[in-house]
Formats: sequence, structure tokens, C-alpha cells
Amino acid sequence: MMRFLVIRFLRGLLTLFLVLSFAFLILRSTGDPAMLIMSADAPPEALEAFRKGWGLDAPLWQQYLGYFKNLAQGNFGYSMRDKSPAMDLVLARIPATLSLALPAFVLKLLIGISAGVYAALHRNTWIDRFLISLSIAGYTMPSFVLGLVLVLVFAVGLGWLPSGGDATWQHAILPVITLSLGGAAVLARFTRSAMLEVMGQSYIRTASAKGLVWRRVVLHHAMPNAAIPTLTVIGFMVGSLIAGAVVVESVFSWPGVGRLLVTSVANRDLAVVQSLLLLVATTMVSANLMVDILYGWIDPRVRSGQAAQGKKA
Amino acid sequence: MNTPSLPEQSQTAASPSFGQSAIQLIRSMPLLVRLCSLWIVVVLGIALFADFISPYSYSQLDLLARLRPPAFWGGSSDHWLGTDELGRDVLSRLFHSVRISLLVAFISTLLSATVGVLMGFAAAHFRGWVEQLVLTLVDFQASMPFMIIALAVLAFFGNTLVLFIALMGFYGWERSARIARGLTIAANEQGYASAVYDLGASPWRVYLRHILPNIASTLIVSVTLTFPEVILLESGLSFLGLGVQPPMTSLGNMVGYGREYLQSAPWILLAPSLFIVVTTFSVSMLGDWLRDLLDPTLN
Amino acid sequence: MTPLLQVQELRKHFQVSVPEGWRQRKANLRAVDGISFDLHAGQTLGLVGESGCGKTTTARLVLGLTEATQGQVLFNGQPVAAKRDATWRAQRQNMQMVYQNPLGALDRRLNVISQVLEPLVIHGLGDALSRVEQAQDLMASMGLPKPLWQRYPHELSGGQRQRVVLARALILKPSLLVCDEPVSALDVSIQAQVINLLQDVQERMGVAYLFISHDLKVVRQVSDQVAVMYLGHIVEQAPPQPLFSEPLHPYSQALVSSVPSLWQRSNPKRHILQGDPPSPLSLQSGCVFQNRCPHAQAICREVPPRLTPLSSERQVACHLVSEQADMPDAPLESLA
Repeated sequence: MMRFLVIRFLRGLLTLFLVLSFAFLILRSTGDPAMLIMSADAPPEALEAFRKGWGLDAPLWQQYLGYFKNLAQGNFGYSMRDKSPAMDLVLARIPATLSLALPAFVLKLLIGISAGVYAALHRNTWIDRFLISLSIAGYTMPSFVLGLVLVLVFAVGLGWLPSGGDATWQHAILPVITLSLGGAAVLARFTRSAMLEVMGQSYIRTASAKGLVWRRVVLHHAMPNAAIPTLTVIGFMVGSLIAGAVVVESVFSWPGVGRLLVTSVANRDLAVVQSLLLLVATTMVSANLMVDILYGWIDPRVRSGQAAQGKKA
Repeated sequence: MNTPSLPEQSQTAASPSFGQSAIQLIRSMPLLVRLCSLWIVVVLGIALFADFISPYSYSQLDLLARLRPPAFWGGSSDHWLGTDELGRDVLSRLFHSVRISLLVAFISTLLSATVGVLMGFAAAHFRGWVEQLVLTLVDFQASMPFMIIALAVLAFFGNTLVLFIALMGFYGWERSARIARGLTIAANEQGYASAVYDLGASPWRVYLRHILPNIASTLIVSVTLTFPEVILLESGLSFLGLGVQPPMTSLGNMVGYGREYLQSAPWILLAPSLFIVVTTFSVSMLGDWLRDLLDPTLN
Repeated sequence: MTPLLQVQELRKHFQVSVPEGWRQRKANLRAVDGISFDLHAGQTLGLVGESGCGKTTTARLVLGLTEATQGQVLFNGQPVAAKRDATWRAQRQNMQMVYQNPLGALDRRLNVISQVLEPLVIHGLGDALSRVEQAQDLMASMGLPKPLWQRYPHELSGGQRQRVVLARALILKPSLLVCDEPVSALDVSIQAQVINLLQDVQERMGVAYLFISHDLKVVRQVSDQVAVMYLGHIVEQAPPQPLFSEPLHPYSQALVSSVPSLWQRSNPKRHILQGDPPSPLSLQSGCVFQNRCPHAQAICREVPPRLTPLSSERQVACHLVSEQADMPDAPLESLA
């Protein structure tokens, strides 16, 4: 088990390293940031001074080392627009995003899992089919369409809720709903098939043959086992929350990390983009690692280490 | 020494011909899937014949007829879906957008499937460090949300159509790679591929004549399921203004630029939105059905 | 006359990682550990033994599908190539393999006749027309009539499939055919047919067989010589009649006595082996069979016995039997 975790951890670090190198490579190998920030007809001395100031005129490999040295020292570069430290800008926006992402995550879990379990237990009835179609619809609908439709109906049409900005908690309702529905649909689908597979197993039949009350069978035997594959999907959900936040924050003009990414991409503010990349990568790696740990904890087969390697008779 | 031979039962009759199978296939589709297939055919038709069926050119301005509502919403029948802020016909723009969006999605899907299969084959064939490299790349791709990677690349490289398509071409390659690698390893180790190798066949022959046809159905299912995701990705990026750039128009693009007029002229963004939703829904349903048909164990 | 196939001191060791606590220990898996035999043209050598004794690995080594750790394989006096290059591919025309699972060995998307003639395509022999003719003739002679030719593998019965695999292996007219459990997956009644077919082919085409099986009855029927394998070693080798009526090595005795048979009327005793088969991973000196041998002695734990000829036809690898051979007056019964 330990060995398993150590490997995962190292792989996570490798991923981070790759992400950062990737960012660095394309960052420095394309275009000339100086020309982008200052207009093309600025005097060449000004451009040169700009480049020196940003460290852009040293040979590539030197920049690479300097880049990592900077990162290690906590220096993530400066936003080219604002002149303030890039990472500070990013960190400042995290709470705003979290205030959307956390409720959305909880909502996703609640809706997704209960819908999935319910559908599995009532398999092939009209409710099941309805839920499946609904979940496909939820999964295939782009979040920006959903968001805009919600705004159209609830803000413009009915006037119940505000359409943008983040002044009051009511402002958060529509974004949270938009963010959670897509992922809930995927989760519902997945939970349903995991449950179905578990329910088909012999140990469930044994449990109910033993005379256990059905609800107990479901809660104590079926669901915990179905939780195992579902756990990996939850790891993906973190990723999709981040991606979703990018779009949703733009639709609702919510001042979070996602919106910052979009604007800095549009402005080619590379230091900010880099910092955001690092943030996202770290989040993903940690989330995956946590899923692996939980996996190992919940699934006794993984805990016994090399059980997978088995014994060949 | 000759034992009297027992008559061997002739097995099942020979398989039906291709034409017969096709008809059986269509008959076995549930109603919803049939409707979805029909829609897909319609969409393909629109994409192919956009130039012929558009009443106006998609960039034709008519500043005297700005923000006119659709015909069924109080407007005239000159513009079935109304006009946008520059007087351009929404219907024509819609048709053209469908063409662009589908083009991007098709080419990207083709690219990612090809890259994925090649990588999967390479991993399965050479094993060793090549396989480890491919697996690490697959892991990397699968662990980062593609939207973020795409945004980063767009930030750094700017945005031309060719670049954008190339970028989209990296979406989902890891799925094809995983499938190709897994099925090839199975074929090589215990199955038909190893037998043909033993006969003395060259790897080229084995891959092209034996392995590829056998994994085709699983790949097709996977690609069909990835396709709508590419559409969603492209629309999302175009919506944010970072995808397809004007003067070209894509479905997401239209929604993005139509957003300002959400209150005053909602039809500008509703038409493309509806199209996106129905199309991705249809392809997903078809893909699901195909998957249940070909590989029930995959669910 | 040089034998068609000569195997000399062949060894194949695999490096494996064995989990030990939470680390991994590197161990040597000695799948094949020093075997030698000869096979003459048109003859059949049967190779028997339990699962995991190294039979399939031997087959793969003989055909050059795996590279040997030590020793060599000579085919027609030439060493067998183990790297998949042009030489290796050329050698394929002369030696082929038939597998246990015929459905797995065939491509389910192609009809059987195109698979039977595929070797001709691969090696560039003949033209399109003659290839089809050759395939048709061969299939017909193997009891596969015309209506079956366009069918797919899953549309045929198990016995028919195995004939297809055989036809595909034989279309190049190889002089050696390695059969790895060719009938184990078939019903008993069909087994008889396929065995007959194999013998028929041998008569007609003069093919030599290396016939691998764990089924003693079948091996007895087809072989000119039988070699008994245990944990990577050949422990006894003899023609079937003497081997099965009077097995000399304790392992062969146990094997033979486990088969309810019609020819062992004179020896009703069952030799039941004690203990578990040791793992091919463990390193121990001496005879591989010592843990289960009822007659194990001190020397057996020290020195591994060599395969020594006892007569013109029989070879045994056992200290006691060799001792016995030196004292011809002592009755064989005392070994029981």
C-alpha cells in the first residue's frame, strides 16, 4: 500500500513538473510578449528595456533554470497588465471561485448519487428511462447554454434572480445550479451503472436470501461497493468543476479564478496564465492523490498490496 | 486404425450479407435513436449544402433591418430566424456556423483518433520505454482538464483556424490510445495476431490486415462518444471569444456575440444554442446505442 | 542420418519480481533447465507433464519464438533463429505450430479459406489463382468440404476449426509441426478424428511432430518416442509401449498409474505423490523431484541426476534407477 502511494505521489510530482515545463516552453517559444504589451511602433530601445526587465533576452536554457529557481523562491512573475505579482492576483480570486465550486460539488454529489441509486433500484421503469434521458441531456448541454437559458428564464423573464455580478448570495444561486447540473448528470449515469453491476453480483443475492431487509442490503452492501468505482469519477469531477468554472464565471460575470484565466488568455498575460496553470495542476494532482488514498482505504483488495499480481498456479 | 467418423453437426448457417445486416440494424433502433439519426443526417445536409440553402450570405449586412425578430415571433418572412445587430440573417449565419463547427469537430476527431491509434499501437508493439512514455502522456492528458490546457495553448500561440483545429485534435486521443493498446496487447499475446506473426507475417501486415479491422468497432464507438464533446469544447471556447474568430462564425461564436442582446434579441443566441444541444444529444444517443450493441461489457 | 531437430542443453530462465513483504525480490524462474533430445524426420516425439513443467516454453524455444538463455536448437543442422528477422521468417516455411485454442488463433473477421492461404501470401508463393487452388485442395483432403470454405471461424464447430488451423499450418508443407495441446479443448469423440487426421497427414506428407500434451492416452497413441517433463527437466524418455507398461522414474510411475487404463493389468498399485509441486522459482540443489519422491536419498539432494541411456531406446534421469541398472539382478519391484 505504501509503495503504491509513494509511486502515485512521485507521479503527481512528475505531472506538475511536466505541466510547468510545458508552460515554459510554449511561453518562451512563441511571439514576443514585449511587442504584445507595448504597441508595435514603440521605439526599439523601449522594447529592449522591457525585455531586459522581464528577463527575456537570456539564452533559452538559462531562462528555464531561472524560471524554476523563481518558482522555488515563490516568485511567479508579474502580471504584465497590472504590474502586481501574478500569484497574488490569482490567490485573491480563489475564495470567489470556491464559493461557487464547493456548493456545486456538494449539490452534484447529492443530486447525482441519489438520482443514480434511485434509477438503479427502479430499473427499466419509466422513471429510470426518464432519468437516463435527462442525464444525457444534462451531460450534452453546454454549461454556457444552460446558464444563459437560466438567466433568460429566471432573471430576464421572471425577474426573480439577478443576472450577473456577485453582490449578494442570491447572485450565487444561478451559477451554482449551472455548475452542478452537468456534473450531476454524469455522476447519476455512472452511479446507476455501478449500482447495477454490484446488484447483479452473487453476494447481494446472498444477502437478501439471508433475509436481510432490502434497505439494509442496499445501504450496507450495495452502496459501499458501488462507491469504489464511483470514487474515480469524483476525481474527474474536480477537473470538470475547474473547467466548468471558467465558462460559468464568464457567463455570470463572477470575479473568480476562471474569469481571470479567460481575460489573461485574451490579453496574453503570460505570468498570470502560468500561475493559474500551476494552481490548477496542483489541485488536480492533489485531488487524484486523495482519490487514490481513499481508494486504498476503502477497497481492501488494494490495501493488501500485491493482490493484483496474484499467484499463478 | 480408422475409427468410424462421427458425422459432425454443421454449425450455424452462414452469416447474412452486408445489405441484410444494415437493414436489420436500422430496424432494431428504438424510436428515439431513429429520430436522432435523422437529425444527424439533416445536420450533415445543412453542413454540406449551406451555400445552397442559405437565403442570404452569412456576412451580408443590412443596417436597415437590425435586430428584427424571427418570422414566428412577430417578424417578417424575409428572415425566418430574424436578424442580428448588423442586420445579418440569423438563419444563414446559423447554416454557415453549423458547417464550420462540424468541420472543426470532424477534422479534430479524425486527428485525435489517428494520433491515438498510432500511439496505442506503438505502445503495444514496442513495449518497454516506449510504452511507459505513452502511458505517462496518456495519464498526463487524462489528469488535466482539457479546457485549461487549450486555454494555455491559445494564450501562447494566438489563434488561427489551423492552429485551433490542431489543438482540438489533441482532445480525446488518450481514449483511442488506451483502446488500441489494450486490444493489441490481447491480440498479440494470446490471440489471432500472435498466430499470424508465427506464420512469418511482418508487423505491417498484422496491424493493417488483422488488428485494425478487429478493433475498428470499439474505436468507432469511442469516437462517436467523443465527437459531441469536441463540439461542446469548441463552442465553449468560441463562446469565450477564444475559439473561431470573426469574420468566420461558429455555433459557439454566435452564442457568444449574441449574449449582449440576451434581453433585447434573444433569438440570436437561442437558435445556435438549440442546435448545439439537439445535435450533441443526438450523437450521444446514437453513440450509446452503438455501444450497447457492439460491446455491452463496456458500460 | 542427422536428426531433423536437435535440442542441446536448452535452458530458459525468466527474471521475475516476487513480492516479499512490501518489497520485490528478483528471482529466477527456471522454466526450462537443460533439456536435450533429437527428433527424426517423419517421427513424433510426445512431450508430457503437468501444467507449468515447461512444455509450452520448450515448444516456443524449438520454433525460435523465444530466445534461449543457454543451449541451442538445430533444425536440419542449422541453428534456429530467435530474432524475428528475415532468416527467422524464412524458417517459418519449414516449421509451424498448432495451438490449443483454435478460436483464439483465428481472426474472427476473415473467412477460413482466406486464412488458410494467408501463409502463401505472406511468403509470396504462387499467384492468386494457385493459392486458392492449393488451399481448396488441402482443406478438402482434411475433411473440410466446400460449403465451409467461405464461413467464419465462429460458424464452425471446434473440430472443424482445429482442422482449419492445421490446414493453415500445413499449407507451406513444413517438415516440423509443433502441436501444443491440439486436442485438449475438443470433445473426446472429435479428438479421435483429429488424431487420425494428424497421423494421416504424417503418412502422406512426412511431417515430424513435437506433440505436447498432458493427456497420456493421446500421447501414447501418436508418439514414436515419449519424453516426460518435470519442472523444466526431462526425467525419462522412451517409446510409448515400454514407458507406459514399465515406467522407471518415480514421477513417470506416478503419472502412469494415475491413468485408469487397460494396459496396466499387471500393476494395480497406485503411486500417489506426497507433497506439493515446488515452485520453479525456488533454488535447490539436487534432483528437482526430491520433495515428492518416495525414494529420495542423500545423493538426490546434492547432485542433479543426468538423463542417462539405459538401453538403446530408454533414458532416465534418476540416481536410483541408474544404480539399479548397475545391479541388474535386483528386482525392479524393490523400487515400488
